[in-house]
Amino acid sequence: MSSSSSSPILRTQELTRRFGEFTAVDRLTLSVEPGEIFGLIGPNGAGKTTTIKMLTTLLPPTSGEATIAGYDLRRDPAEVRRSIGYVPQLISADAQVSGYENLWVFARLYSIPRAEREVRIRDALEFMGLSGVADELVKNYSGGMIRRLEIAQALMHRPRVLFLDEPTVGLDPLARDAVWEQIERLRGHYGTSLMLTTHYMEEADRLCERIAVMHRGKVVALGTPAALKASLGAPNATLQDVFTKYAGEEVEMAGGGYREAGRTRRVAVRLE
Amino acid sequence: MSQFVSSSPPIAPAPRGIGRTISEGLGQGVAIFGLEARKLAHDPSELLFRAVQPALWLIIFGGVFSSIHVIPTAPYTYLQFLTPGILAQSVLFISIFYGIASIRERELGIITKFLVSPTPRVILVGARGLSASMRGLSQALIVILLALGLGVALNFDPLALAGVVVAIILGAALFSTLSMIIASIVKTQERFLGIGQLLTMPLFFASSAIYPLSVMPAWLRPIALANPLTYLVDALRTLMLPGETGLYPLWVDFAVLLGVTVLLTVVESRLYPRMAQ
Ligand SMILES: Nc1ncnc2c1ncn2[C@@H]1O[C@H](COP(=O)(O)OP(=O)(O)OP(=O)(O)O)[C@@H](O)[C@H]1O
Ligand SMILES: [Mg+2]
Repeated sequence: MSSSSSSPILRTQELTRRFGEFTAVDRLTLSVEPGEIFGLIGPNGAGKTTTIKMLTTLLPPTSGEATIAGYDLRRDPAEVRRSIGYVPQLISADAQVSGYENLWVFARLYSIPRAEREVRIRDALEFMGLSGVADELVKNYSGGMIRRLEIAQALMHRPRVLFLDEPTVGLDPLARDAVWEQIERLRGHYGTSLMLTTHYMEEADRLCERIAVMHRGKVVALGTPAALKASLGAPNATLQDVFTKYAGEEVEMAGGGYREAGRTRRVAVRLE
Repeated sequence: MSQFVSSSPPIAPAPRGIGRTISEGLGQGVAIFGLEARKLAHDPSELLFRAVQPALWLIIFGGVFSSIHVIPTAPYTYLQFLTPGILAQSVLFISIFYGIASIRERELGIITKFLVSPTPRVILVGARGLSASMRGLSQALIVILLALGLGVALNFDPLALAGVVVAIILGAALFSTLSMIIASIVKTQERFLGIGQLLTMPLFFASSAIYPLSVMPAWLRPIALANPLTYLVDALRTLMLPGETGLYPLWVDFAVLLGVTVLLTVVESRLYPRMAQ
C-alpha cells in the first residue's frame, strides 16, 4: 500500500450492512482524504449511523471492505481503534463524574503515557473551553458543554480520523456556533480528518469539503457543496434543494419510526 | 511516544510486545476501576441504602430465630451461623443489580465510547466485575460492624480476615458479572429489574445462607450445591466461625468462585459488544 500523502485516510469498498432482510447500508464506496471534513447527510434511517458504527468497529459489516489509516477494518480492528476517535449520536460523557475525570478515564484507556497524561487532559479542556468547569460534575453541564467535553475526550489520543455523529443536534444556536468553531480549529490544529453526519444543511455547507447524500443505504450524490448545488442547474440552489432532490421523496415514510425518533430526541432531552 | 502524533501515519502495525500489552491492559483496568471508585465517592448513598435489607435480616430474622431454636446450628449460636450467610446475602443483593449501569450506559452512548477505545473486551468486563467488589466490601463492613454490635463471636485472625476479603471480591465479581450478562441479554431496564427480582430470592433461599444444607428438603439440596452463593457462604463460614471446617475445604470454595467468575467474564466479553449494535 502506498503511503504518499495524497492517498485516502479512509476508504470503503462496497461496504454493506443488513439487518435480517433489510439493507441499512448498501454497497457504500467512498474515500476521505487526509485533513478533509467529509459530511454524510440524508433523511432519518438513511444509514448514516450504521455506516459510522461499522467504520468505528462497533458493528461488523455484512460484506465489503474498509481501511482506515492504512489498517483493514476486519483484520486489524485494534489498530483501527487506536487511529480513530468517535463522538456518538447519543450522549457519551458520564454524568456521574466530573469533566476532568471523564478525560482521565479515556487518557488511560488509550494508554497515553503518564508523563503526558496531565498535559493532554489540560490541553483538551483548554482547547474546548472547559478549563473553568473541569471539576464540576457533568450532570451540571449544559448541552453545549457536554458536546465539547465529548469532542475533547475523542481527541486526547490524537486520532487520525474523528467520527462525529450529529455533533450539534439539540444545541442552541450559540452552542452550535461554538462547536463549529472548535471543529474547524481542530482540523487546522491537528490535521485530523473528520467524518460527520448532520441534519442541518447550513452546518454541512459551512463545514464540509465534500458531502455524500445517503438515501436508503445508498450514496445518491457525492461532491463538494458547490458542485452539488451546481448540479441542480438552478441559480441560487441551496444544499436544502440538493437534499430534497436526492432524498426528498417519501421522507415521511422513510422517517425511521419510533425507535429513531426516541434516539434522536433523547439527545435533545439531556439539555434540560 | 510517536504513535500518538497524527503526523506519523502508521502503515504496518507496530510490534507490540507481550510486556507492553500487559502493562497497557493493567492501565486500562485501573481506568475502569478508578471510574467506579470516583462514582462511588461522588454519590455513596446507594451503599448505605442497599445495606438496610441485610441489616434487617440480621437483626429481625436473626433475633427471632435465635430465640426459638428451631434451626440446628450447634456448636454455634444461630446468629453466629447466620452472620456469614447475611454477609454473602449483602454481597449478592448489591451485585445482582449492577448490570443496570450497563443498561443506562447503553441507552446513552457511553458503552460505544468504551468499545471504540482500544481496550480489550475482556478487560472492560473483568475490570468492571472486579470494581464491583468495592461495593461488596462496603456492605461486608457494615454487616460485620452490625454483628459485632450484636455481640456475635467471630474469628478475627488476620489471615482469616484476608480470606474474607478475597472471598467477597470473588463473590461480588461473580454476581455482578452475572448481572451484566442478564443486562446484555434483556437490554431494557424493565425486563432487567423483573429478572433481577425473580433471581435474587431463589438464589438466596436455595443456598446455605440462612439454614444448613442438612435441614433442606432433598430436592433442594442439589440446587443449593449448584448455587455459587452456597460456596461463598461456605468459605465465609469456614473463615469467620472459630473451629468451623465447612462443607468443603476452602480451596474448593475458592476454586468454584474463581472458576465461575472467569467463565462468566468470558461469556460477557462476547455479549457486551452487542450492547452497542
Ligand atoms: N440494530 C439494528 N437492528 C435493526 N435495524 C436497525 C438497527 N440499527 C439500525 N437499523 C435500521 O437501519 C436503518 C438505518 O439506521 P441509521 O441509524 O443508520 O440511520 P441514520 O441515517 O443514522 O438516521 P438518523 O438520521 O435518524 O440518525 C434504519 O431503518 C434503522 O431502523
Ligand atoms: Mg443516526
